[in-house]
Amino acid sequence: MKIAVTSTGKTLESAIDPRFGRAPYILIIESEDGELLEAIDNAANSGAFRGAGIQAAKAVADRKVGVLLTGHCGPNAFSALEAAGVKVGTEQKGTALDAIERFKKNEIVFAAKPNAEAHW
Amino acid sequence: MIVAVASGKGGTGKTTVATSLALALGSRSQILDCDVEEPNCHILLKPEITDSYPVNLPVPSVDKEKCSLCGKCGEVCQFSAIVLIGQTVLTFPELCHGCGACSILCPERAIQEVPRRLGVIEMGFVKDVEFVQGRIRIGEAMSPPLIREVKTRINRDKVAILDAPPGASCPVITTVKNSDFVIMVTEPTPFGLNDLEIAVEAIEDLGIPMGVVINRCDIGDSDSKDYCARKGLPLLMEIPNHRKIAEGYARGVPLVESMPEYVDKFRNMSDYILNNKH
Repeated sequence: MKIAVTSTGKTLESAIDPRFGRAPYILIIESEDGELLEAIDNAANSGAFRGAGIQAAKAVADRKVGVLLTGHCGPNAFSALEAAGVKVGTEQKGTALDAIERFKKNEIVFAAKPNAEAHW
Repeated sequence: MIVAVASGKGGTGKTTVATSLALALGSRSQILDCDVEEPNCHILLKPEITDSYPVNLPVPSVDKEKCSLCGKCGEVCQFSAIVLIGQTVLTFPELCHGCGACSILCPERAIQEVPRRLGVIEMGFVKDVEFVQGRIRIGEAMSPPLIREVKTRINRDKVAILDAPPGASCPVITTVKNSDFVIMVTEPTPFGLNDLEIAVEAIEDLGIPMGVVINRCDIGDSDSKDYCARKGLPLLMEIPNHRKIAEGYARGVPLVESMPEYVDKFRNMSDYILNNKH
């Protein structure tokens, strides 16, 4: 299964960016072997006035990702991810490698609702 | 002629100036309150409202039976108000600006436009002055479409006076755009000057001639006046921090009624604007 992790950089060792819609990069990782498949450049989105979370959700859903690991997820992004069947693990810290490790150990508690306000 | 009354800083006296200018010109004027989030000209003018109508924004509603999931709607939307995600098209009505592109481009004609209430327009009279105001729906965040609707009521045969919201963002620009002249109201304090500079820069980009009214001119410092001189901005009027004006204001009495000698000052200001407008 593919996992998406919001990141400050392009590598698995980069720190997780707690923001979903406005993270500089979104890493797409194969959970089976931990391979980094793609580092989505989210720059265009991160500067968006509004709707950044929705576009980031679309980018994640279009890549048939099953799980998103990030820090915060607002209401619009959350409903978009929910519609696409992407499970969301929030409050993630450390690096993408740390988050993948937690996922493998079944330590991720998936969110039932957004954990951030919409940004105006 | 269209004259907008604006200011960077809030509470400098926009409404005081706009309402007194309208009253001084009488039947030659029309006043339109474009500060739709908190219209307050009515407090000083006590208009008789004779007509009102609701204002809606058309937002998309998708017929899932007809939708073929092509995603064209989401590609054209600049605001992520409609998006194809997974096997569904989601809409976010509060992000929609009502352009209608999604419904026009939908090859399956699956998108219908449904109304989202923005607010109301109210119209009436204050003696012989035409009065118009917009009032936004509580909870609504998008004011420019409602401001544009207020502006459709502009009477070209009158001096249309637009009371703008404070600041220098979209609602201000929407109000001021296509005006013939902008009156900037400020107070001679560091706060007033800071926000005046920001607002002047924004209006300069629109290329509309401006003049400045300094309210409570005998408080603060002379920096605002120096700034106007440096910028070549005409000083249209100075209003002192007079007890009579404040007492009138506190009771909801317009400046030209608590100090009738200001009627001529406002008429002179209007003549100056007429000769120096676009």
